[in-house]
Amino acid sequence: MPTLIAATVVVVAGKGGVGKTTVTAVLARAAADSGRRVLAVELDGKPLLADLLPGIDVRSISATDALDEYLRDHGFTRVAKRLATTGVIDVISTAAPGIDDIVVLGKIKQLERSGQWDLIVVDGPAAGHAITFLTSAQGMLDSVRGGPVFTQAKDVTELLTDPERCQIVLVTLPEATPVNEVIETMATLVDRVGVRLGPVVVNEVDARTDVPDPTAMKLGRGADAKALRAAAVFRRARRAMQDDEIARLEQAITLPRVDLVSLPVAGLDADHIRTLAASLTRAAGTP
Amino acid sequence: MSTLDAALDGASVVVCCGSGGVGKTTTAAVIGIELARRGHRVVVVTIDPARRLADALGLPDGIGAEPQRIDLDAPGELWAMMLDTAVMFDRVVRANAANEEQADRIVQNRFFRNMVGALSGTQEYMASEALHQLHGDDRFDVVVVDTPPSRHALDFLEAPGVLARFLDHKVFRLLMLPTRRGLKVLNTAAQPILRAIGRVVGSDVLADAVAFFQAFTGMEAGFRERAASVMVLLVSPQTRYVLVAAPRHDTVAEAVWFADQLRARGIGVSAAVVNRAHPRFGSGTAAEAAERASAEDDQAIAALWANLAELRTIAERERQAVAPLHDRLGRAPMVDVPLLAGDVHDRDGLAEIGAHLFKKARSVPAPGRR
Repeated sequence: MPTLIAATVVVVAGKGGVGKTTVTAVLARAAADSGRRVLAVELDGKPLLADLLPGIDVRSISATDALDEYLRDHGFTRVAKRLATTGVIDVISTAAPGIDDIVVLGKIKQLERSGQWDLIVVDGPAAGHAITFLTSAQGMLDSVRGGPVFTQAKDVTELLTDPERCQIVLVTLPEATPVNEVIETMATLVDRVGVRLGPVVVNEVDARTDVPDPTAMKLGRGADAKALRAAAVFRRARRAMQDDEIARLEQAITLPRVDLVSLPVAGLDADHIRTLAASLTRAAGTP
Repeated sequence: MSTLDAALDGASVVVCCGSGGVGKTTTAAVIGIELARRGHRVVVVTIDPARRLADALGLPDGIGAEPQRIDLDAPGELWAMMLDTAVMFDRVVRANAANEEQADRIVQNRFFRNMVGALSGTQEYMASEALHQLHGDDRFDVVVVDTPPSRHALDFLEAPGVLARFLDHKVFRLLMLPTRRGLKVLNTAAQPILRAIGRVVGSDVLADAVAFFQAFTGMEAGFRERAASVMVLLVSPQTRYVLVAAPRHDTVAEAVWFADQLRARGIGVSAAVVNRAHPRFGSGTAAEAAERASAEDDQAIAALWANLAELRTIAERERQAVAPLHDRLGRAPMVDVPLLAGDVHDRDGLAEIGAHLFKKARSVPAPGRR
């Protein structure tokens, strides 16, 4: 079985609505089912992963908690207390932009270093924030000299730029706008962060069941025939559009591509994640 | 079939909200086009428009930070602008500063530049600020805002208070004390905490912060007043809220939550738009189609029935997923926009969406002839 991702930390990134959480859950489930010790991490936001991944370790990391913990770990216990009560954390994160991202990544690094897990899958930050999230440490290295934050930023940059330790998985949909966006993000990440990109995941790709061309078929004229014809034409048009977009993506990337099929549902649950993880493993290997 | 027509009558502000990736910007653009057709002078403020939307609107160079008139053969006018947080923040500071010197001192300060880029809620705050400015602009009758794609759509409603809250921080007040006395030394009570912050982030960073807060002296009251007037506008009956969702449990849950938050503030939802709903083919159920598929001998026809069954299954599940939102709306309309076979990249695409949202919008006026 080929290995899909050869790093301990995987950050799943992509624009809002493309299915980052789904992909995070599928990667975590597939790895866990192949016997690896897996941790799934969600940042801020709503806790969704625990429900999707029964039996798998899930952690929620918020910037506020991570900063607080960081300060306590670095001998600022009393300050941390006061900061929390006066809400000055906002001031700190403004004074040193990116510090909240760095403490979050620092926390992830700490989890990685604990050696408790073979794979840590991170449901990356929402919409557009992924690039700043990943570039924050380098920005900090340029502006701050010395001090505990500098050290932390250095450690985080080391983690992000070491392909053995960290990879970024970009997620997109087989549609024009998300494909454009993933191509742009890809260029920016490689240029600015120097991260290693793992496979690009195309989410919600039509399962290729047989849908014959109804125009050549004798179906009659009734309401049934009309519905059959319209449904088939619609499905085939969607597929043609998806094919075009996937071909365009293929042209633009040199990375491996992994497709996740679209299930006939209105939102996924833990069983759907199992199904997708099994088909991912069959088609592409274990994460 | 319900439409958005009545929901927009008498509106002077239309706020489109929902989670990321559900089609808020496109919905905002289509609402803008419709209001221009009705003869209004409309400006649409978008946050992060996809390239294709700019193309579809006939703006090959993209949507700029200043309102641009869009070529539209309609009785009204359509304008579009993209929210540029930094430009907007500079403008707000200049409008509130006592003089140019104070404004320069603030906008050139590194802490301020960071705040513009990093303070959480800044984008939402500037969106509400843009709303306020455009609402007061004589060129426009209606402002359509596309809220930032945040997991917490509520940020927009609370945005006007972001800076005021920031300025309420104890650190700010502690820092202000010495300048009030005309001294450049810091209040001693503030020192241990400042020293600690300095050790964490570096002393030059701290010096920037101190300089910023000092430069800001005297402007807090103006900011608070402004925040208060934006809040009044946000709860005004002429401000309409259109929830946008995709027919999936997660985005529907977000929209429902937002509807509850609005209600808690005494605001009603004017309408909901469910984008990318699978179309319904024929009048039968998924189960019927599945039965026909297994009873059919001709393999090709059986495949067509199986396809119909699958598409109906999705449509049925989507209908269940949006039911909670439907329940929350009361008498406000909910409009489905079906998933289209292609992407929206031209005016025909926008017109097709318009035809689902509004009764008479059969076609979008062609560019030219204004």
